[in-house]
Amino acid sequence: MLRDITIGQYFPGNSLIHRLDPRFKIVITFIYIMMLFTGDHIVCLSVGAVFTAAAIILSQIPFKMFVKSVKPLMPFLILTAALNLLFISSGDVYFHWKFIKITSEGINVSVFMLIRITLLIMGSSLLTYTTSPITLTDAIERLLSPLKKLKVPVHELAMMMSIALRFIPTLIEETEKIMAAQKARGAEIDSGSFMTRAKNMVAILVPLFISAFRRADELATAMECRCYRGGEGRTRLRQLCSAPRDYAALAVTILFYGGAAALGIVLK
Amino acid sequence: MAILETQGLTYVYSEGSPFQKTAVDHVDLKIDEGEMVGVMGHTGSGKSTLIQHFNGLLKPTLGKVLLDGEDIWADKKNIRDVRFKVGLVFQYPEYQIFEETVFKDIAFGPKNMGLDEAEIRKRVLETAHDIGLGEELLERSPFELSGGQKRRVAIAGVMAMNPKVLILDEPTAGLDPAGRDKILGHIKAYHKRRKNTILIVSHSMEDIAGFADKILVMNKAKLFCYDDTEKVFARAEEIADIGLDVPQITKVFIGLKKQGLDFGKDVYTMEYAKKLLLKKLAEKGGTKNC
Repeated sequence: MLRDITIGQYFPGNSLIHRLDPRFKIVITFIYIMMLFTGDHIVCLSVGAVFTAAAIILSQIPFKMFVKSVKPLMPFLILTAALNLLFISSGDVYFHWKFIKITSEGINVSVFMLIRITLLIMGSSLLTYTTSPITLTDAIERLLSPLKKLKVPVHELAMMMSIALRFIPTLIEETEKIMAAQKARGAEIDSGSFMTRAKNMVAILVPLFISAFRRADELATAMECRCYRGGEGRTRLRQLCSAPRDYAALAVTILFYGGAAALGIVLK
Repeated sequence: MAILETQGLTYVYSEGSPFQKTAVDHVDLKIDEGEMVGVMGHTGSGKSTLIQHFNGLLKPTLGKVLLDGEDIWADKKNIRDVRFKVGLVFQYPEYQIFEETVFKDIAFGPKNMGLDEAEIRKRVLETAHDIGLGEELLERSPFELSGGQKRRVAIAGVMAMNPKVLILDEPTAGLDPAGRDKILGHIKAYHKRRKNTILIVSHSMEDIAGFADKILVMNKAKLFCYDDTEKVFARAEEIADIGLDVPQITKVFIGLKKQGLDFGKDVYTMEYAKKLLLKKLAEKGGTKNC
């Protein structure tokens, strides 16, 4: 159940996508998101879909993993689609009952939004699937470094982010252990009525919070023992360096974006 | 009669993903009622995965687990009853403590069983006594206790369900020698009084040698052997080959045997070694200084 959570998960590999410079990957992801949101025509969106499919194939990560990344958000997606479907009242009316109207426009918009958000999740999952959390935060730090001039604590923010990402799997593992231990004492977590389940959540959350605080404390002590004091003058173990393929990937992405935007204008 | 039995038990983690791994591979096993079993094995040998099958926390990929001769997965609805019959104490169980008082935390299991107040109270007091927790501790917050005391509270939480089979995964990990002896002592006394089946996973051969009637050794997801303690330790060299250790004192006696001093028996506890040595010394009449 918890293993289905794929946020921040990284699949080691050596595909073209894995090898791209993480800074470029972040910029490309941003352009990709913009691409998905340009133009309201289904053709513009299919440009995005083609781009996503190509990137997924290049990444050599099983498609199943992308389905998994969308799964936890499925209820929200369906809810949004349902709301769009029921409450958009322009276009041809197919079905009318009291205040509910199902119209051609409603169907269009809800299907459109569904595809758009699915693509959005898949594309951004690709970023974390193919980039280790450490390089990812390194890249974010580098991309945001101009903000240091404005006294924004970029390094600290990046550090917090990498710690948070680093601990997601640890906390999931911890939760599973605690759940197993409480199940062994007969706690009903997967079964039983809503009230018993809610009550039993306490038996999981209390130990989980205690251990999270303990871990945070231990980590802080360990960092201080090693004289950690933030970003000023720190050098890096892994230098980020860009290669021609990074510029090529960026160029291709911009091309796709331009294509989607142009189609959007033409088809309006 | 065998209380716990496995038939071709196999478990595969993350089947079909790049992380696929067989953790338990065709294990056939019969554990008799009332036995005290030591479970040994390297980190990653599959022993923790194996014991999680005994109370139905994990469902076998292949094969069966029989409790009292009945397949525990025959009816999915009964799996909770299996968990009450087979109590499992995890590694570092003190991290599962969550109630405000020691009493309430120990009572969590019995309460889930649906027992009445009086019975719960009786069981908590009984178990607290069994595991050596004074009554004055019962109304304290478990988070104020020492590490060893917390560990005992957590163990009591499972014992209070009065399981037919009690499984403890490394109950002494991370404790000092005094705390370790205390916990093992209490478990031994509990076993003697209740006569239920107990399985203890441990890395310390000295610990296992001190209490186990039988030893189960796991190696690379397979059952390496399951036999009487002396028979297992008699295979000292094979056990060393799979990267496990026999007790120090057994090694000393193997060394002595190589030097020509054969006691004709395998020695794995200090007590027994002392007895043998004193007897040998007395035979020689060497009573000069002792």
